[in-house]
Amino acid sequence: MASLTETSPATLSNEEILRYSRHLIMPEVTLEGQKKLKSARVLCVGTGGLGSPLALYLAAAGVGTLGLVDFDVVDYTNLQRQVLHHTGDVGRLKLDSAIDKLTAINPFVEIKRFDTYLSSQNALEIFSGFDIIADGTDNFATRYLVNDACVLSDKPNVYASIFRFEGQASIFATEAGPCYRCLYPEPPPPGLVPSCAEGGVLGVLPGLLGVIQATEVIKLVLGVGEPLIGRLVLVDALAMRFRELRVGKNPECPVCGANPTVNELIDYNQFCGIRGEESEASTSAKIPEIQPEELKRRLDSKEDIFVLDVREPHEYQIVNIHGHLIPLGDLPTRVHELDSSREIVVHCKSGARSAKAVDFLRKSGFKRATNLTGGILAWADRIDTSLPKY
Amino acid sequence: MSIKVLIPTPLRPYAGKQSAIEVNAQNVGEALNDLVAKHPDLRRHLFSEDGKLRSFVNVYLNDEDIRYLSKDATPIKETDTITIVPSVAGGM
Repeated sequence: MASLTETSPATLSNEEILRYSRHLIMPEVTLEGQKKLKSARVLCVGTGGLGSPLALYLAAAGVGTLGLVDFDVVDYTNLQRQVLHHTGDVGRLKLDSAIDKLTAINPFVEIKRFDTYLSSQNALEIFSGFDIIADGTDNFATRYLVNDACVLSDKPNVYASIFRFEGQASIFATEAGPCYRCLYPEPPPPGLVPSCAEGGVLGVLPGLLGVIQATEVIKLVLGVGEPLIGRLVLVDALAMRFRELRVGKNPECPVCGANPTVNELIDYNQFCGIRGEESEASTSAKIPEIQPEELKRRLDSKEDIFVLDVREPHEYQIVNIHGHLIPLGDLPTRVHELDSSREIVVHCKSGARSAKAVDFLRKSGFKRATNLTGGILAWADRIDTSLPKY
Repeated sequence: MSIKVLIPTPLRPYAGKQSAIEVNAQNVGEALNDLVAKHPDLRRHLFSEDGKLRSFVNVYLNDEDIRYLSKDATPIKETDTITIVPSVAGGM
């Protein structure tokens, strides 16, 4: 980091001077600061919800070298918030889509592409070419990987995460400040905390948080203001309230503490219990399933099958196949609405919640409960293509 | 005395969908106990089976992490606010 605050050897062309004139005339930036931005090398991990505004603003601001890590392909449900990607990009690699937009905004930015899933095997090598890492990923395993790799390679981790209407942002892994593990020593067990794909997210929320990340990256490069170190900003978009909590450096932190026990990157899937989730999935494989085609055939031949939908009422409103609605969370208290002598086919959106429901029902004596494979999404794909998917 | 506990979005389904809950307590530990007594579904999200606060859930008294105060025994005043801040990972 020290290199960033020293006098920068970069030079700006007349075209660049004009482009950045609103920066250059501010005493906090000046020509010297703009040269620092041009010399800076920033890695964005992820080009999705957070990565979109982050990379767009860093490119516009004149960060000289922007690294992008992503392996994903643009899908239709990304467009509600991932503003780097346009409708015509659906099906393209996010990296290809991102690079088109970023070079269109600022051709002076050098973009380094990493078309890969960040892992314990490649993280330190990828990070070595950058000064600052901005974490725009979407799962706990990668969050801990980014943090530990930042601590081990002595680079700040400009962090944000989001859920529905709420977000958190901070800077971790600076020399004096705390790291992500100081804030949260361990991840939650898989399945306890819903992801954005399960819980939803307000489209503008990653915009708010990604722009906070971009702001903090630029301040770190310039060496101005009060960086968000040792503080966690909480954004509640529903109340439009910003709060700030203190984050202490944990002297016993296993990564950044005085006597670290984590001195190299570990298996983060194992650390986050993902293996456990797989074994949970294999138990769910023992849950009896029915294919959509089979259900359709048997319903058409008027067999006595009770269809139970365990999604939420607002999901039922989007699309349904006339099942009896009892949200998974209400099932234990409303189980009396069901008849254990009848055959029950349970479905949800994609089959995970309904597997839990079938497991619960069979343990509660509903021996004829089965799970609809692939949920209503599979039904919409394979039986009734007129239905909307979400 | 009565004190306000702020509930984050991911935990609201287990707290009657409320964003803030008044509890009766003299210290932070009592406040959390009263909270899970009022909303038993919250218990497994806040505490592990041995009754310890889970390591991915932080509790703040005003803007300070109770781990750096007196943990459960941290005394409270009527004007204080307790905030529960669980880790969330979303970003894409």
